[in-house]
This record gives sequence, C-alpha cells and structure tokens, in this order.
Amino acid sequence: MRDAFMAVLTEQAQADPTVNLIIADIGFKVVDPFVAAMPDQFLNVGIAEQTMIGVAAGMAMLGKRPFAYSLGNFPTIRCLEQIRNDLCYHNLDVTVVSVGAGLAYGSLGYTHHTVEDIALMRALPNMHVYSPADAQEVRGLMELMASTAGPKYLRLGKNREPVLHRTVPDLRAGEPVLLRDGSDITLAVTGPIASTVLEAAALLAAQGISARVLSVPVVKPLNAQALADAASGTTCMVTVEEHNAIGGFGSAVLEGFNRLDIDMRVKIMGLPDLATSAIGSQEYLRDQAGLSAADICTQAQASLAR
Amino acid sequence: MSKNSALIDSIELARRARISAVTMCATAGASHIGSALSVIDILAVLYSGSANVDAGRANDPDRDFVLISKGHSAAGVYSILGNTGYFPMQWLDQYCADGAPLGGHVTAHGVPGVEFSTGALGHALPFGVGIALTSARDGNDRHVFVVLSDGECQEGSNWEAAMLAAHHGLGNLTAIIDRNRLQILDSTEGISSLEPFADKWAAFGWDVVEVDGHDHDQLRARLSQPHAQPRVIIANTIKGKGVDFMENQVPWHTLSPDAAQAAAAVAQLEAGA
Repeated sequence: MRDAFMAVLTEQAQADPTVNLIIADIGFKVVDPFVAAMPDQFLNVGIAEQTMIGVAAGMAMLGKRPFAYSLGNFPTIRCLEQIRNDLCYHNLDVTVVSVGAGLAYGSLGYTHHTVEDIALMRALPNMHVYSPADAQEVRGLMELMASTAGPKYLRLGKNREPVLHRTVPDLRAGEPVLLRDGSDITLAVTGPIASTVLEAAALLAAQGISARVLSVPVVKPLNAQALADAASGTTCMVTVEEHNAIGGFGSAVLEGFNRLDIDMRVKIMGLPDLATSAIGSQEYLRDQAGLSAADICTQAQASLAR
Repeated sequence: MSKNSALIDSIELARRARISAVTMCATAGASHIGSALSVIDILAVLYSGSANVDAGRANDPDRDFVLISKGHSAAGVYSILGNTGYFPMQWLDQYCADGAPLGGHVTAHGVPGVEFSTGALGHALPFGVGIALTSARDGNDRHVFVVLSDGECQEGSNWEAAMLAAHHGLGNLTAIIDRNRLQILDSTEGISSLEPFADKWAAFGWDVVEVDGHDHDQLRARLSQPHAQPRVIIANTIKGKGVDFMENQVPWHTLSPDAAQAAAAVAQLEAGA
C-alpha cells in the first residue's frame, strides 16, 4: 500500500512541481524512488514532527501541495496542535500521511499502534479523512485528493495487504465500494481489515447468511446517504474498523445516519478502549481484540437474530 | 530589508500604538498589555521600512513575511497595523467585542497584514522556516521575520525549527525575540532558565546579535544587515514599557487596566516620546 502511494505520488510530483514530499526521517527505501526522481521536491526535516507540519503549512501558504509522511501516531498525535492550528485553521492544502494503520506494527507495541487517529483527525474542522483498504483504493484516493483542496489525512496500511479490487475504484463521489454482494446484512468496513471482513462473509455464507460487504475509504466527509443506499434491502449493518470503537468510523456512520434521519440498525465493531500491552502480529492482535473473522461472523449472527 | 513606499516615523508610530494598545485592553478588559508594550518598538521598526511590507500592497506576492509567534501581543500588533493603515482605526475600538474583527490573539482570518494566525506558542518559527525554505528554493528573495516572545522559547518546537533553519543555511530568515524576561507567573529565569540564551542560539548555528529592543536605530541597523545563516536578534526589552507602574511587573501580563489606570497610562504615553 505504501509503495502504491509512493509510486503515484512520484508520478504526480513529476507532472506537478507544486507536489512536495516532506518526511520526518521515516521511509527506509520507501522514499528512494521519489527522492531519485524529484530531489528538489523532497525534504527530510529530521525527527521533528511539529516542525514537519509547520514547514508544510508554510510551503502550502506559498501555493505548494506538500505531503507530510511519517509512521503511526508521529504525524498526527505528536503534532496534533500544529495540524489543528496551522493546517485546519488556515485550511491549507497539506496531506498528512501515516503508514501503519491500526495494528500493522503490532509487534512494536502500543506506542506504534495507530488506533485513535481517525477519531482525532475526524474531529478537526476542514480535515478530510481517507482510509483505504488496499492499493487500488490508494490509487483511487490519490485521484480524489488531487482535486480536493484543504487539509487531508491519508491512513495507509503497511505493505502486502491483499488486493481486493480488480480495477481502481472511482472514489470521487465518496461512495462506498461493493466488495461482495449479499442480501441479509451489510458489513461496512474501512481500512485493510476489509480482507478479514471478506473472510467473515465467507464464513456466514457457509451458514446460509448472505452478507454484503462495503468498503468505505472516504470517512470524512462521509457520504452517509450513499452508504445507506448501498445497504438498502439488508436488515441491519455491522461496521468494522481496526481503531478504537470510540469516535472512529462506526461513530461517523451513526452521526451521518442521525443527521439524515436514516433509520438503520448499526452495531460498531472496533478495538476495546484499552492501552494494550499485548505484543504480536497484526492477525494475533486482531484476534485478541475480538476482531477476527469468526468474531465478525458471530456479531453478524447476533445482529440478525435481534 | 528594502524600501517602503510611505516611510513612517517609527518613534511616533510606536508612541501612537502604545496609546492605542492601552486603550484597547482597558476598553475590552483584555490581558497582555505588558507583552504588547514590550514588543511595539520591534514592530514599529519592522512596519516603518525594515521589512518590505506596506498596507497599500498587503497581498504583494514578493512582500516580506512578518510572522507574529507571540499571538497574545495582539493589542500591540493590531495597534501597529491600524496606525499604518492596514484596516480602519475603528476596528481597534471594537477589540475583543462580540462579532468584532479583532480578538485577543492575532488572526490572519479577515485581518489584512496578519500572515498567520497564532495564539498557541511555538508555531510561527516552523511555519517561517517553511516560508523561507520554499522562497529560497523558488528563487524568491523575500525575507521572513518571526517575532517571538522569550518565554515562548521554552516550547520545544522552536528548537526543532532552529536546528532545521541552521542546517539549511536560511539567511533569509530572522527571528526577533522580545526578551522582556517575564512570563505569566514569574521571570523566565525563575521558572525554566533561558540563559545562556545567546549561547544557545549560537550553538544551534544561528547568527546571534543582541540589541536594546527599544532603540529603533539599533533594531534598524541589525535588521538591515545581510547574514549567511539565520539571524536571531535578541531584543532586550522592558515588559510594560512606557507606563511606569506596569514596567517589569509580572501581573501586567494578565491584568487589564481599569479606567483610572488607563487614563494615567495614556497621560504618561502622551507626555513621553
């Protein structure tokens, strides 16, 4: 996913001299193609995330379109006030990019678990929040972002996530993307955990339950009407995210449905509100947190049984 | 750094701005008069020719950038901008009022002459590094001036930015520090020492000069010198400058003058020069 991002960004930078990449000393080998191609549109500020955002704001004030790239919580929570005041208050065209969504760096421990970022970024005025499920969605989002002014947050996985879409989805209207059709229940998911949700849908099918799976990469502004329309005909919805269940994607869905008076039963599945000391692979930690394919399957059955 | 189309006498500008700032804080019941009075001479020099800025061409793409990191000195900044014609003087009368354009921290939103909205400390120097670096890369010879408070230098983001600015040899960047030695609750040296302050900046690779921050000729001279590395001007000032009962008094960071105090302050400022 990060390689797809970097490849598209390099192409965009070659075509558009205003596109800049600013990093805070993250991206061993990952940033090399960009640096080789466009050294004058690249800057490594060192391990200084507050300065990365401030510098990006200054660049954007002069008409540049910088991408500020780092890992985990470093480009968001470490410099949250710079994002709020420098970027969002001034509505500057800067894209904050974090690699390692959710539990992607699970074995590195809680400091590297990126599990509150959607809630924090979503609460900031003017901010757009994008959470792709695979490399194809990254490509679709890069197209959308190129024509979207203002501050943006791109929450990338790591690498080697399964590719879920045959072609690049058109995400310009912020609509959900159908990953699997079904008629009983809708499973709405954001981010790379979409592949686990597809496994859950297969488990449900084996039990005679037809689950529709929708991937929602545009979390803010959430196109809640399009999501409700895409879920129409199914009884209820389960949202799935690799993020604290507080304030994330599921909350965004509930808020959107509330705003539009959409009457649909929704159950949120996310991570427990816990600063976990657990160590392990992404899959292991998903299991520990109750976000395995079997857990999603169980929740879908319970939701349908109500 | 270059010519201003309408050179204003900086001493007279500072005198008028001090009177405006006291009146604004008194009318609004607002804080930070001490900070406004200490920084006004620095701003008066910048806005009377030392920076290539001019109310008549506030959006000139080649203008210098003056960035106010100590956003709480808004009464001082706005009184300078009002007295140099960036916006109607009547705006000053409505300082901090309901629905007014000017509030207690500088904002670029709807206020000509303000480049960057601040209020939280430690934001404008990294931003200024972004402006200076981009200008240098684009071959634009604008200069970037960042006005900081001394207490604000306890924020780590300033030192991140200082390190990066020196690394890139940003000779188009000048930080001016309003070294009034006081912060909200005590002296800077009583809370978390800044000294040896000049040595710290020098160790970070900056071109360091110290001036009397109320001496316009010294300020002007140091602002006009070219420098290869980013320059910091440590401007030694007096918090509350120009009003005897406010000078060097910690509480006047927070207090607002009542009507009698404001009248006494204005009388002193009108008599002085």
